[in-house]
Amino acid sequence: MSESPTIIYCHCAYARVIPAEVKNDVLDTLSESNQAFEAVSDLCEMSARKDPRLKELAAHPQLRIAACYPRAVKWLFASGDADLAEDAKVINMREDSAENICQALLEAE
Amino acid sequence: MSVLTHTKLRILLFEGEGSLPLQNRSAILRALLEKGYNVSRVTTGSSPNPEAIQGPILVLGAFKDAPPSESTDDSGKINVYFRDIQGKNGDAIIDLVEGTRDGAAIPKPGGWKPWFPVIDYDRCTDCMQCLSFCLFDVYGVDDKGSIVVQNQDNCKTDCPACSRVCPDVAIMFPKYRHGPMNGAEVKPEDVQREAMKIDISALLGGDIYSALRNRSAKARSRFSKERDDERALKERKKCLNKLKDTLDIPMEVLGALPSLDQIKQRAEEAKLRAEKAIQEQNKDS
Repeated sequence: MSESPTIIYCHCAYARVIPAEVKNDVLDTLSESNQAFEAVSDLCEMSARKDPRLKELAAHPQLRIAACYPRAVKWLFASGDADLAEDAKVINMREDSAENICQALLEAE
Repeated sequence: MSVLTHTKLRILLFEGEGSLPLQNRSAILRALLEKGYNVSRVTTGSSPNPEAIQGPILVLGAFKDAPPSESTDDSGKINVYFRDIQGKNGDAIIDLVEGTRDGAAIPKPGGWKPWFPVIDYDRCTDCMQCLSFCLFDVYGVDDKGSIVVQNQDNCKTDCPACSRVCPDVAIMFPKYRHGPMNGAEVKPEDVQREAMKIDISALLGGDIYSALRNRSAKARSRFSKERDDERALKERKKCLNKLKDTLDIPMEVLGALPSLDQIKQRAEEAKLRAEKAIQEQNKDS
């Protein structure tokens, strides 16, 4: 398992609650970087379906998750039987700017 | 909720050793994500944790040397499909992915209803109000006597009523428009506001079920005397509008409510379950 941070990007595909320009800019910037990352269609769906992949993702050290409100993301993982580690960092695409989000995702440790 | 445990296709967008960089990777990712696929982008120096891979894998890339179209992993148990996407646009890649998925008899992703409650157990006090309130059996109790979301599929789209009645602002609907129900941090004024909403619901007679029951009894009495269908309809409309305004319950949900007798029966059942769970909690403490 890699020791560098693992980035998870949630596309929130089932709803329009994340501003489209924010999630597209974040996806573009991640894609243009040389960074490996996990792009998931919708964390809510994974949680609701108790997708085993959620547990695999939660097990990564130093998670950086671009999704929505940290309180929602924490309990979405828990509801999918996948507790997030204390050091997991959730970045809120509903509130933050694409620039700040990308900086938080891609900054060196 | 009927948890779907079907096999899923894991997609790797491969740009590691032996492949060329993809020019349109952002558009490819967006197209796949919109179709409900999860994608791991793999670059030189990164690799997916092999122990974590449980299902079939589709590797998409611009390969320098043509790989076999199908192989297995080192264990010989997991099928690995390779597809060269060099020069292909998003639609063509989706066709390629869907064709591979169909050929491997893997179900299509998507088709999920994006509405279900998520409990914040840092705030929940297991008061069982949500269990007593929800008419659609969304909530249940686990073997430790704690509230759980049991039948997510029963939840009515856009209905946040259980969250409205939660005195601890512990129920979230992550796709909801407004905070704190969408997961935004709960402020002291939010707790106050939610409490006010419960007080407003008390205007309906202390609890909504008894209000509906009382109205039913009153309406029956009126029907027997006057047989005034129009007035009864007005009364029901007034009551439903109050529920819609105070608890933000969509009219479609209110329109789909069971009959008053069914509501009474379900409310009694839910009340008994909630009381039993609370008794169990008291026994344990």
